[in-house]
Parts: sequence; structure tokens; C-alpha cells
Amino acid sequence: MQERLQQLKQAALSRLSEVTDMQQLQELRVKYLGKKGELTEILRGMGSLSAEERPVVGQLVNEVRSALESAIADKQASLEQAALEARLASEALDVTLPGRPLPAGTMHPLARIIEQTEDIFIGLGFEVAEGPEVETDLFNFEMLNLPKNHPARDMQDSFYITEEILLRTQTSPVQARTMLDKGGKTPIKIICPGKVYRRDDDDATHSHQFMQIEGLVVDKGVRMSDLKGTLLTFARQMFGENQQIRLRPSFFPFTEPSVEVDIQCIFCGGKGCRTCKQTGWIEILGAGMVHPRVLEMGGYDPKEVSGFAFGMGVERIAMLKYGIEDIRHFYTNDVRFLRQFNRV
Amino acid sequence: MRVSYQWLSEYVDLTGISPQDLADLMTRSGIEVEAVEPRNAGVSNVVVGYVKERNQHPDADRLSVCLVDVGQGEDLQIVCGAKNVAAGQKVPVALPGAKLPGGIKIKRSKLRGVESQGMICSAKELGLNDKLLAKDQQEGIMVLPEDAPVGADAVTFLGLDDYVLELGLTPNRSDCLSMLGVAYEVAAILGREVKWPQVEVVEDGGENPVTVQIEAVDHCYQYHGRHFTNVSIGSSPQWLKNRLMAAGVRPINNVVDITNYVMLEYGQPLHAFDAEKVHERKIRVRLAQPGEKLVTLDDQERALDEQTLVIADPQKGLAIAGIMGGANSEITEDTSEIILESAYFTPQSIRRSARRLEMRTEGCVRWEKGVDPQRVAPAADRAAQLIQQLAKATVSKGVAGEAIQQREPVEVSLTLDKLNGHLGMALPAEDVSAIFRRLQFPFTYADGTWHVTIPTRRSDITLPEDLIEEVARLHGYDNIPTTLMHGETTQGKLNREQSLRRIVRHHLIGLGLSEAISYSLLHPERLHDVAGLHDHQKYHGLRLAMPMSEEHSVLRMSLLPGLLQVAQYNKNRQNHDLALFELGRVFLSEESSPTALPEERLYLAGVVAGQWQSQHWNAAKQPADFYLVKGIVESLLARLGVRDVSFRPTAERSGMHPGRTADILADGEVLGYLGQLHPATEKVYDLDETFVFQFDTHKLFAHALDLGLYRMLPKFPAISRDLAFVVDRTVPAERLSALIRQAAGDWLESVALFDVYTGEHVAADKKSVAFSLVYRHPERTLLDEEVQESVSRVVQTLADEVGAELRG
Repeated sequence: MQERLQQLKQAALSRLSEVTDMQQLQELRVKYLGKKGELTEILRGMGSLSAEERPVVGQLVNEVRSALESAIADKQASLEQAALEARLASEALDVTLPGRPLPAGTMHPLARIIEQTEDIFIGLGFEVAEGPEVETDLFNFEMLNLPKNHPARDMQDSFYITEEILLRTQTSPVQARTMLDKGGKTPIKIICPGKVYRRDDDDATHSHQFMQIEGLVVDKGVRMSDLKGTLLTFARQMFGENQQIRLRPSFFPFTEPSVEVDIQCIFCGGKGCRTCKQTGWIEILGAGMVHPRVLEMGGYDPKEVSGFAFGMGVERIAMLKYGIEDIRHFYTNDVRFLRQFNRV
Repeated sequence: MRVSYQWLSEYVDLTGISPQDLADLMTRSGIEVEAVEPRNAGVSNVVVGYVKERNQHPDADRLSVCLVDVGQGEDLQIVCGAKNVAAGQKVPVALPGAKLPGGIKIKRSKLRGVESQGMICSAKELGLNDKLLAKDQQEGIMVLPEDAPVGADAVTFLGLDDYVLELGLTPNRSDCLSMLGVAYEVAAILGREVKWPQVEVVEDGGENPVTVQIEAVDHCYQYHGRHFTNVSIGSSPQWLKNRLMAAGVRPINNVVDITNYVMLEYGQPLHAFDAEKVHERKIRVRLAQPGEKLVTLDDQERALDEQTLVIADPQKGLAIAGIMGGANSEITEDTSEIILESAYFTPQSIRRSARRLEMRTEGCVRWEKGVDPQRVAPAADRAAQLIQQLAKATVSKGVAGEAIQQREPVEVSLTLDKLNGHLGMALPAEDVSAIFRRLQFPFTYADGTWHVTIPTRRSDITLPEDLIEEVARLHGYDNIPTTLMHGETTQGKLNREQSLRRIVRHHLIGLGLSEAISYSLLHPERLHDVAGLHDHQKYHGLRLAMPMSEEHSVLRMSLLPGLLQVAQYNKNRQNHDLALFELGRVFLSEESSPTALPEERLYLAGVVAGQWQSQHWNAAKQPADFYLVKGIVESLLARLGVRDVSFRPTAERSGMHPGRTADILADGEVLGYLGQLHPATEKVYDLDETFVFQFDTHKLFAHALDLGLYRMLPKFPAISRDLAFVVDRTVPAERLSALIRQAAGDWLESVALFDVYTGEHVAADKKSVAFSLVYRHPERTLLDEEVQESVSRVVQTLADEVGAELRG
């Protein structure tokens, strides 16, 4: 009997090694270990054994059973592993095929510059103020120290609708409006982005419609050095951490002193190139200390408070930053142009 | 203003300062030098020659063979092709080895067999601007004055060994519209002295017979008339011509040239009249009479209005004051007696007339900005001196006329504290005083305060801040430190509307639309192509008084015409697949000629055309259609939290397809609309099927909802039922879902339409619409019977209301 058991074990193991799929494995399990299986049959025959033999054979049966069970389990695991591997192999994809396209839009480059500028100045404690694009002569000129017949009005030819109403030529009227709104309260710290209009023929460098960002600070003890520091902060965040600025004297009717502000040429890094006309510097904005008459007209006493203001052309900043050569691109909106502004 | 470096050096010592250095210094301290231009365009080894003989070339009809003395002992034989060459002339001669502009080198050569030992030059060949030359100098060789010294270097003789600094003056610095004004500026920068010309007038004639009457006292504050006899009109000496040409002024004759020269030197425009043409030598300064006309020097008849200041005699007008003289009193070759005018006309008066007449002379430019009232009389004397010297004139005794108003220098006070506080600096008083001294501003200083007397030449300075600027610019802006504001801390932030605008922008970009910015000004024919959201009967498109072009002449009342032009522009460039949006203002005015500002509304519009998604190996292509745009709109509304949204079909939107357009409503208010363009509109812009939407953001944002408290997640399971109904095709889907919501009872959580079917399995005029209903009770598990009861109610209601049948 013991011999039979050994033979059975050998035969089962030998057949197990030939099993190649789950079906065969199941059949083999039934054949040897099932209720009517060969091992069960041997167990049934144990009644004929002596009391001494019985425990010996019983133990042997258990040994054979557990050896077969373990071998079958191993076989099952290896078959499952093989099946999984086969499935994975059959499921392999060509990962180089293009993904299903999801549409991605882009922000207009001018809107980008405006949002970036807003964020820089919000970080410095500024609010964003806005005003009408169709303005009165009063706010567009007179409140900014440009009375009728002032020679500086030649600097900008305007689109008038009536004698008193025109398309604003600058975002500066928002300064005057904000001062009146604040009713003499300090501090004022605003930037004002928006569209402006001038009587220009459209070409590569001129546009009858363009955008400006104006800034105004009014408070007790505002100094020209604060203007310089504020603009340096802006220049570094907008154009790079190592930027330098340079102030050159200029003239605007609504500031005194007035300056034009240059940054180091971003194309040559200040060495001198064609874009900066070999000077190493590029003009980016106009600025100055708020003219005392502008403060007065806005309801502030220039003996008590002072302020600074600045204004920049958004197109100019964008053209410099992205190397755009023709201002008309901003308004023709060729999608091949727009789609290029798709990165961070 | 064009400033000759050599000429300037007569008024201020420029030793050690090159033209380029000077330009840099001026630019950094406030007067921008736009260009430094060498007068010499590349001329060397050209001398003054004397044509001794001119003979016909033996073998060429058009050539002359000249014998020219160039002061080198031996005369040169030169072949010349110019018609005007003649014996006895002084001419510029390019010697062998000479260089001319454009890289031309002169060599000995043979011309048709005759040796030529150089070249006689034309003005153009010397690089002179021929617009500044007299007509007879523009063709042929340049004939030099008889007194030109033979052998002299032509570069020196023609003043070409010079540089011109082109100033870009800001409107406040009209003081630099004169050589003396520039000299003061340069002297202040360099800390040097200003040297005025030595002026001495010898009144060697009789009494000045001229009388002057200023009638328009608000337009003219001073009028001085000098009188000259025995004037010999002729050509100016070369040095004077050189300076005028350097300044960009064309020499004409000695008297006219002198008036121009003194204008450039002193900044004071002058005018000379032929005294014999002035009736009784009486000058009246008056306003033009109704209907008065005057033929000006350029032979144009000018119609004057009653605010135009005129210089007249008792019988007729002689000049438009400050703008241009009349032809009737012009200086001619025959003039021997002249009246020289030096006056102060008010800037407002001249500016107005110049604008009206559209005339901008060199004089106007100076008048408009205001001349120095203290130079009016000195300029007349300076001109008198030169007329006496150069036109051999006799100067009559005395000056006619008067100064009825004289502007005195103003005094401006400034404290050291204010100065330093304003600039954020700590300048010592002595440094500031030194700057005022360099500016030649007289001042006193005591107890931290300056009292500065501002010379009348600097009328731009009236306030302490103006003085601060003078100090800052001459001290140098680089020396101002860099600080940040030290006042009260402020919160930087966007307001709600600004934040919402960003949310809209970024959401649409995330959905796949690109942002466009179009022009606010439209062609009037485009104005009403696709309506805005406001009643176009009530509002007018505002038209510019003076547009640059009809294309951009009227303010938009809808964003779509502009966006459709963008679409058209793109289509013409083979960009057919478009998904664009714009945020911009429209302008609404109830008056066509507004007395108040128009209402400005921020609109949001979008346009989608072509393929939303093009053909892909893994997905079908997806052309833009109505439901795509509706999906975009719904996504945006959901992002903003807009509730109670509904879409109402409309055939009323101009420019839109009447069967494919819907108004977008929230809580019963119209926020905007969406749909397909009317085929006729598509044709106008040459577009294929195009889908658009447009919102009034003011209304849209009013319905935007801030996030509130979160809802607890459900604890009990939901039960869902899918129901398909067969109804008439004309029944809108939204009607069905509304009826379902109404009939289903409290436990209906959501209803979603998931299928619409028309075709062989339903009758021809019917459609099948399938909904998925989800039920849930917040506090317990719902029973099947409860759901079944609700479903029965829904089925019954739909049957009763719209004749819907539950599909098997």
C-alpha cells in the first residue's frame, strides 16, 4: 500500500509537469484529489490495514496529499502568471501614436502683459482702476494740466466725437477720476490698464488703437526715489532679476519732474545693438512726480501730499518681450500668431 | 531744431567737447539730441578755383575745356560737362586724389582725348541738400561768390567742417528754439559762460518815418519797427548762407536771410516789408475785417476770419501776423527802403490762426510756444546791425512802435526740505545754489529757502516743482536713490468684476478658445451686421468727427462684427478652424451727437467655425455646430454658478439664423444669445457655417454665484429609472424635462436627457426622447413602490400635457 502511494505520487507529479492549461490542471486535481479521486480511493482501502499500519499509512497519505496540493498550487500560480503575461503582451499599444487632441486656447499677448503687470503691482499694494474709453475733454486733457490751446496737445492728435467728447488718448484721465472719487483721502495706489486711441495711420509701428497701463500713487511724503524703486521692481519682475533702469529727463504736462525710463536692452544685455541704437538702453515708459496743479484739480493739497505717476504702452512691452516686429499683429488676430502665446 | 556745432561754439566755449559728447550730455540732462549729422558727407581735397578760360572741347559738343587757377602756381586743365560753366567764375574744384560723397575718387583722366586734371563740382556732388539751394544752384556746377578766395579748402569755405545736432524738443523747452537758448542750456551743463553777440547799431539816417498803431491789444503786446534806406538787396555772404543751410533754412537774399538768421539766433521771428509799398509808412496791428483776403508770399489767396491778426497799412493788409507776409509788400531785388518788424504776438492768437489756415512756418512754431518778450527789441537791433553791415543800408533814427504790456521775470521760492523730500535725496544747499548759478538764474538764499528769479527766456518755470526738476536733471537722475514707499500699507486686489473677467478668460481658454482683441472702430456699414444686446432703435453708433478712414469711423455696438472680420481675415489665410473669444466694450449713446458720455458695456463674444476637432486616427472629426457653442456657453455658465438657466428660441436677433438662435436667460433675464449666423451674414464676411455667442457681462456677472457651504455627501443609495417618450417633433426638450421635474415629486434628484431618436422606429412626425431620472431620499432608503408611483405620475403628466407616450 505504501508502495502504491509512492507510485501514485510519482505518477501524479509526472503528469502535472505535462499540464499546460487550467483545464488540464483541474482534471488532474479531480483525478487524484477529488472525492472520487485515486487518493480517496486508497484512503477507503485503509479499513483493511492493521492497527499498527494504519497511522503509518495515514500519515503517508497526508504527506502525499499535501505534496500534491502544493505542487498543484505552484503549477496554478505559474499558469496564472503565464496567462497574465500573455494577456499583457497581447494588450501592448503603439504608444507613439498621437493622443486624442483636446483643444487648448491661448491668452492674447496684450492681455497677458496686462495680467502680469496687474499681478506685479497688486503685490506692491496697488488696486486696479478703470475708466471710460470715451472721455470728456475735461478729464482727458484739462484735469491733466493740458488746458485748451496748450502746445502739448500737439503731441497727440485725437479722435473727437464732439468738441467736448473724444476717445481717450491716454489712460491718464483715470488718475483724475480716481482722485476725485477718493475725495482727498490717502493713500491712492492704482494701476489703470485700458485701450486708448490716437489719430495715426496704421503701420508696423503705429496703431490708431492701442493699450496703456497707467500708474498713480498719492500719499504723504511720496518721493521720486520711491518712483525709481517701484519701477525697478516692475522692470525686474517683467524683464528679469538683473534688470537695471535709467531715468532720462523728459516732459509731460501732468508730471514735474518728468522722466523717460529705460531698461537695459534685452536683446544685447546692454552691450549695444541695432535695436537699442548702440546705446544699451531701451525706453519702456514715461513717468514723473504728479504735477501740483493736477493734484490741486484732483482735490489734493500739493503742500500736504505728493505723488508719482507712470504710463507704459502695452504693445511696446509685448513687442520687446516677444520680439514682435509689427504692431498690427495684435489687432488682426491671425490664429497662427495667437496660438504662439501658449506657454507659461 | 537743427543746431550747428560751430555756430553754437560762438556763444559758448565747446573746447574739449566733441559733437557726440555734447549730444550725450544734452540728452542725459533733458534736451534729447535725436541725431548728430556731419555736414561733410565725405568731401576732401576740393578747393576754390577760378575759371580763367573756357574753350569748346575739340571733339565733343557738350564738353568744355577749362583752364582753372586753384592757387597752386600751375593752372589745371579740366574738362567740364556743365552747361553753365563760364570764364570768370569761382567754382569748387576736386583736385586729383579728391574724395566726394558716395565713395567717388577723382583721378587725372582723358575725356574724349583731352586730359582733365580734376573736376568742377556741382552742389549735389559735394553732398549739399539741393532743397536748400537757390534754383540756379540746383543744376550745373556750383558757382561760388566772387570774393571766394582761390585755393581755399571748399569744405571750410562751405562750412562743411561742422556737425548738426538735431534736437527733439518737448513742448516746454521752446527756449531751445534759438541758438542763444541752446547756449544757455549747454552753458548750464558744462558750467561755462554764455557769450552774446556784440550788437551796435549806428543810426546814420534820418528820423524813422514809420508810425505803429496796436489796435488788437489782446493779440499783440509789443511792436517795434526799424526803418532802413539805401538798402542793396543781394546775395548773403557765404558764412551766413552756410549757417542757414546747416539749420535747414534756404538762403534767399541778404535781408530775408538776416531776418531768418536772427530768428534762429535769438528765437525772435522778424519780418521785413518793402516800405514803399506801405501806405504812408503807417503800420496798423488789427484783426482781419469780415471777408478780408490776402495773397501771401507763396502766391496763395488766404481768406481771413475776424480773429486773425493782421499787419496792415491804412488801406490794405500787408501780412498775416506771425504767419506769413503778403505778396504786396514783399522784399524784391528792387527794394531799397524797408521796415523791419519785431513784435510780440500772443501764442494763442498765432496758434489759432495757424491752425485755421493750416500753415506752419518756422515763425509759427516759435510764436505758438511763446517767444521771450525781452528779446523783441534786442533782436530788432541785432538785425539792424546786420542789415547795415551786409546790405549796406542806412538805419533811420529811433524805433517806431511800443510795448503796451511787458512780462516781468517771475520769482519762485523753494525750500531745501521740499527739494530733498520730493526727490528722496539729501543734497547740500551749496550744490543746489551751484546749479542755479550754472543756469544763470539770479537768486537769494537764506534759512533754507531760495528765492529764484526766473529769466523770461524760461517761461516754462513757474512752480517750485519746476525748479526741482532743473536741479534733478542737472544733478543727474542716476544720483537719485532707489527706495520703496514708506507710507500706510495698502491691500492690492482685484475687484469682483475684474476677478470674474479673469475667470471667464481662463475658463474659455481652458475650453479651447483663443482670445482676440479687435478694433473698437468699425465701418458704418458693419455696425448693425450682427446685433448687440441693446435695442438698436434706441441707441446710435457714435461717429468720429474726423476719422482717419471710413473703415474705422464708428464706435461698435456689438463685438461680433469685429470678431467676424477677424474670422474673415483668418479664413483668407487658410485658417479655417476657429475658436475665438473677445472681452471688450461696446458704446451706447441715445444721442447721435452726444452731450453726455455714452454708456460703455463690457461684452463677451465668441465665434466658432470649421472643425472643432479635426480627423484623428482614434476619433471622428467634430465640426463646429450649434450644440458645441451651446456646450461652451453652458460650461461657462456652470463655472460662474449661474442658476435657473434657460434657452429661448428667437428669430429676432439681427444677423442670426432665425431657426438656430436662442436667447440665454437666467432667472428670466436675458444675459446674451447664441446661435448660427444668418446665411446672408455669412456671405457678407465670406464665411462658411459660423456659430457665435455674445453676452453682456454686466448682466452675466450679476448672476454669478460665490461658493457657499458644501453639501454633505448622501448617506442613502439612489434609484435611477431610464424613460423614453415618443412625442411630436415640435415639442422642445426643455418642456419635457420641466414637466418631469414638476411631476416627479420631492425625491427626484436629477433628470438628464441622454438620447433623441428620429427614424424608422417612430412615426415620421414624432421623436423619441430618453431621460435618466435619479431619485434619492436624504434620510432613508427609498422603496421601489415610491419610485414607481413617481414614474407613473411623470408618464401621466407628459401624456396629458404634450401627448407623450412611454416607449416600450
